[in-house]
Amino acid sequence: MTELLRPQAIGQDLARRDGPDKVTGTATYANETPVENPAYCHLIQADIARGRVSAVDTAEAEDVPGVIAVLTPGTSERLSSTEDKELAVLQTTDVAFRGQIVGIVIAETPEAARQAARLAAVTCSEQTHDVSLSADRVDLYKPDKVNPSFATDTSVGDVSAAMDSAAATVTETYTTAMNHNNPMEPHATTALWNDGQLTLWDSTQGVHSVRSTVAKVFGLDKGQVRVVCPYVGGGFGSKGTVHAHVVAAAMAARALPGRAMKLALTRQQMFSLVGYRTPTIQRVRLAADRDGRLSAIALDVVEQTSRIKEFAEQTAVAARMMYAAPNRATSHRLAALDVPVPSWMRAPGECPGMFGPEVAMDELAERLGIDPIEFRVRNEPARDPESGNPFSSRHLVACLRDGAERFGWADRDPRPGVRRDGDWLVGSGVASSVYPASRQAQSDATIRFADGRYAAEIGAADLGTGAWTTLAQIAADALDVPLDLVDVRIGDTDYPFASVAGGSSGTSTWGSAIVAAARAFREKYGLDPADGDEAQGQVPEYQAQERYALYAFGAQFAEVRVHADTGEIRVPRLVGVFAAGRIINPRTARSQFIGGMTMGMSMALHENSVLDPATGHVVNHDFAEYHIATCADAANIEAYWVDESDPHVNPMGSKGVGEIGIVGTAAAIANAAYHATGVRVRDLPVTLDKLLPGLD
Amino acid sequence: MKPFDYRTATDMGTAVAEVSGRPDARFVAGGTNLVDHLKLGVAEPDLLVDITAVTSAAVEDRDGGLWIGAGVRNSDLAADRRVRERYPVLAQALLSGASGQLRNMATTGGNPLQRTRCVYFQDVTTPCNKRVPGSGCSAIGGYTRYHAILGASEHCVATHPSDMAVALSALDAKVHVLTPEGERSFPFVDLHRLPGEKPDQDTRLQHGDLITAIELPPSPFAQQSRYRKVRDRASYAFALVSVAAALDVADGIVRDVRIALGGVAHTPWRAYKAEQVLRGQPAEVASYRLAADAEMADARALDGIDGGNGFKIPLVTRTLVATLRDLT
Amino acid sequence: MPEITVRANGHARRVAVDTRSTLLDVLREQLGDTSPKKGCDHGQCGACTVLLSGRRVLSCLTLAVSCDDAEVTTAAGVSHAVQQAFVDHDAFQCGYCTPGQICSAVGMLDEFADGWPSHVTPDLTAAPELTDDEMAERMSGNLCRCGAYANIVPALRQAAGGPG
Repeated sequence: MTELLRPQAIGQDLARRDGPDKVTGTATYANETPVENPAYCHLIQADIARGRVSAVDTAEAEDVPGVIAVLTPGTSERLSSTEDKELAVLQTTDVAFRGQIVGIVIAETPEAARQAARLAAVTCSEQTHDVSLSADRVDLYKPDKVNPSFATDTSVGDVSAAMDSAAATVTETYTTAMNHNNPMEPHATTALWNDGQLTLWDSTQGVHSVRSTVAKVFGLDKGQVRVVCPYVGGGFGSKGTVHAHVVAAAMAARALPGRAMKLALTRQQMFSLVGYRTPTIQRVRLAADRDGRLSAIALDVVEQTSRIKEFAEQTAVAARMMYAAPNRATSHRLAALDVPVPSWMRAPGECPGMFGPEVAMDELAERLGIDPIEFRVRNEPARDPESGNPFSSRHLVACLRDGAERFGWADRDPRPGVRRDGDWLVGSGVASSVYPASRQAQSDATIRFADGRYAAEIGAADLGTGAWTTLAQIAADALDVPLDLVDVRIGDTDYPFASVAGGSSGTSTWGSAIVAAARAFREKYGLDPADGDEAQGQVPEYQAQERYALYAFGAQFAEVRVHADTGEIRVPRLVGVFAAGRIINPRTARSQFIGGMTMGMSMALHENSVLDPATGHVVNHDFAEYHIATCADAANIEAYWVDESDPHVNPMGSKGVGEIGIVGTAAAIANAAYHATGVRVRDLPVTLDKLLPGLD
Repeated sequence: MKPFDYRTATDMGTAVAEVSGRPDARFVAGGTNLVDHLKLGVAEPDLLVDITAVTSAAVEDRDGGLWIGAGVRNSDLAADRRVRERYPVLAQALLSGASGQLRNMATTGGNPLQRTRCVYFQDVTTPCNKRVPGSGCSAIGGYTRYHAILGASEHCVATHPSDMAVALSALDAKVHVLTPEGERSFPFVDLHRLPGEKPDQDTRLQHGDLITAIELPPSPFAQQSRYRKVRDRASYAFALVSVAAALDVADGIVRDVRIALGGVAHTPWRAYKAEQVLRGQPAEVASYRLAADAEMADARALDGIDGGNGFKIPLVTRTLVATLRDLT
Repeated sequence: MPEITVRANGHARRVAVDTRSTLLDVLREQLGDTSPKKGCDHGQCGACTVLLSGRRVLSCLTLAVSCDDAEVTTAAGVSHAVQQAFVDHDAFQCGYCTPGQICSAVGMLDEFADGWPSHVTPDLTAAPELTDDEMAERMSGNLCRCGAYANIVPALRQAAGGPG
């Protein structure tokens, strides 16, 4: 148990502190850093998916007025570490995926850089590429672990025997599409070398992790690298790790010391250079007795990774702990393809992994003739089925019940395809959500006092999550002072080390460090500090992890309408209820929930990166063709939470809220689409062409 | 992007002479498609002649119909009372296209000339016969969700993306063009061409021909018209298929009808066969089905990744039947 | 390079521009106004929305050279109730699409005041009503990846004088 803060500022419904700067557009993002006389980069990319660059003729490119230099594999500096092949920019002539960086143009203007990049003649010797994922590939392999360090496979009991003897079973294959994070702010880095010091204004979810990664790649001491990032225009995981363009910007800057170098990716380039969510193929097996008690859960996942770097999405991990079933089995198998490196995208693992099983639960509930909420309630485990540990708090049932009430589930007729409102077929669906309540091992904070005000300093990131505001609330309560006496300073490696904003761990980790620093400050200086007083604190060890299963839970309800003539699908209402610990700021937390749900709806209905096996790249690589939800698609989304304060996770009693909103949404929508039409779509996205054959 | 010169036209005649005299010169007005293509490298002109100041931005009543200047913005045209009342299919088509911002930029002359959204056409790293004649068609066997089911060729399977053009096709609109030889006009349905062996040519205009106006003839039954767009997203998306239809029913019999389809061909597709089948038939769903089937008899689905585009054939049929039903 | 006068947020500035430069790039790189954002550079996201002669347009598809003497208003120059409404309703998260949303909202409310219809207006011949559906449709040219739409619509309602 942790000593919980007495919530005063915590729990208040507050506008974000950075609001005024954002509604006037004066908050500065990485590419907007005011620098004197910058030069501009544009990347040259491979247009083959596998092979070798045999020559880069830069003559025509260099003739473009304003071009300063063209870096190629033959002319670029040798990096100190090429261990991470994604970051080994221009260190090899091998091409491992279409879109790989094969040159960097540096010019006086962005127009000249872009023109020259187009004129650089890259000659490649092309080899046959292979970008096609399927479950029957013979070269699927078992990774040593899945992201970040989960067991690849698990097995308890005998699933096959349970399937054979069950009253009802489901054995189906579900697929999720390749998705791209696509934050609104394209990844950008402004880099400046001065006297052996590198400054990066980078759009990142973690300034300190950029610093350590870049220092290693260039063979520098961390002290030689400063990374600054006060505002991030969204990330959703794609800015959580360093990608190749950051190295490219730093290389280009080093070629022109003393001059700031600006590199912003184009939207199209983001489809090959900054990670994505792997497509998944999920074979689900469920078995239950007549009373709706699960006897078996199995999830076998096939997904892809790149040839140069392994990323194994932990798609099956949620199935290990979600419901009570004595026989359980999960596995992950990978195909290493000639594709860009997959990476984190909002709720890696849980997001895709709660699609197949949660649709299968709906299918099995129907087979058993049991309401899908009741079916889930009946399979609520007393302890974590995987570890045997108690849950630190688990209010899934409360979320399901509360959501059912708010949504109006009680009168639901379970029969599919029988409701019509004008031209629209109407249905409703439900699914569960889950996300780990994580905390990172390291983060430090400093509390300073001057001129009657307190400042909390930590190199944290606010990518829209509200950290500028919520960290101030936490510091105020930890110091027991009014909120308006507290400033927050984040987004700079000049502040103490902060873990990356990822895994919904940011507020929990940084907040814990701030509480530790505040307690140290009060211990040192009491209630009447003097100007210049300061104290440090660090996040304590997360001992609860050994004794408890720590998760946030939720329930999602969707109303779906399908046009009876055209099959067009709309989601006029989504209701989510979450149990995510104490809510630090209802206004910003609600935004996180509805934001996740909106992205989940977008995943359910729209998002689909189309990888052409002939060309080897995602061909719908822009916002006109890769659809994300618009305002007209997602204007009515409600998020609520049940009271929960978990003393085991952190002194705030809070759990992360950034990712759980996207978990389960797609399943709720697919289940509702089935309820509306009687057509069971098991492959995301649910598009009209998949429903049409089943409509009258 | 290649450097280019930019000039503001002083009058239409000079603008036409200037562009027709230089093979790499282009007109620019709203720029919504051209500037996009400049950045992609799909268009590489050496001169842009801005015709904004010299094209008419007026909608005039003429001979019982409407005369729409080439410079009229899509948003102004859609908001025009006369269009809303007398040609609702056109207002609806305009309002279903793009976004508020784009409609404020796009012009009457430019909108019908926008080029295909085929992902391969827009990607200069892939072969495309429309962009580079003879280089091949990457869409055949590729991503064909937004591609043609009617009138395609072995060289090109692209579709025309404009919504407005589909409505204009159904309304028997006329195009007025200034050419180096003088003014001429012709039916809007003759503006676009099927790809055949020359998919690089979207229209029958010669280089340097400038659309000056679109004329809507008086139509006694255009008031009874509708544009139905089916798309993957609720807004801000190109059509999978669309239907523009106007229906004249008396005593339960279809006296006359106009139908055009979008998202199905290299041109806005005037559905003459369906119209012919319908005239004189009872205004009921069974007739509409026969008409749609007649039009779709020549439709050919494309195989392709992500399921191909075979779904469009039943989708057109269903959407057409529903649109006519709703007009009845 | 041709010289043009850009009248941005009330200040006239003479600037030499590359004919290829968009209004967006000139504002951001030459005039130091980074409030219009580059989200896609192809007219597909709305982050670059500005008011040009009072109308909302996409500055990424507008050639700067065509804007000689034009009045440009960016979010930095907007002072409108919609801004406070966005703060009140938390109608944004990362803030990157926000300046474009703000300009678009101002333009949209003007268009509505002028009686313009939209794709979801039930009767094209009648004056439209500013319902949630109308606002959502009219704002759909502004993508928000953080998914703040469900807050944007109430913010617009508040700014338009309705119940917030």
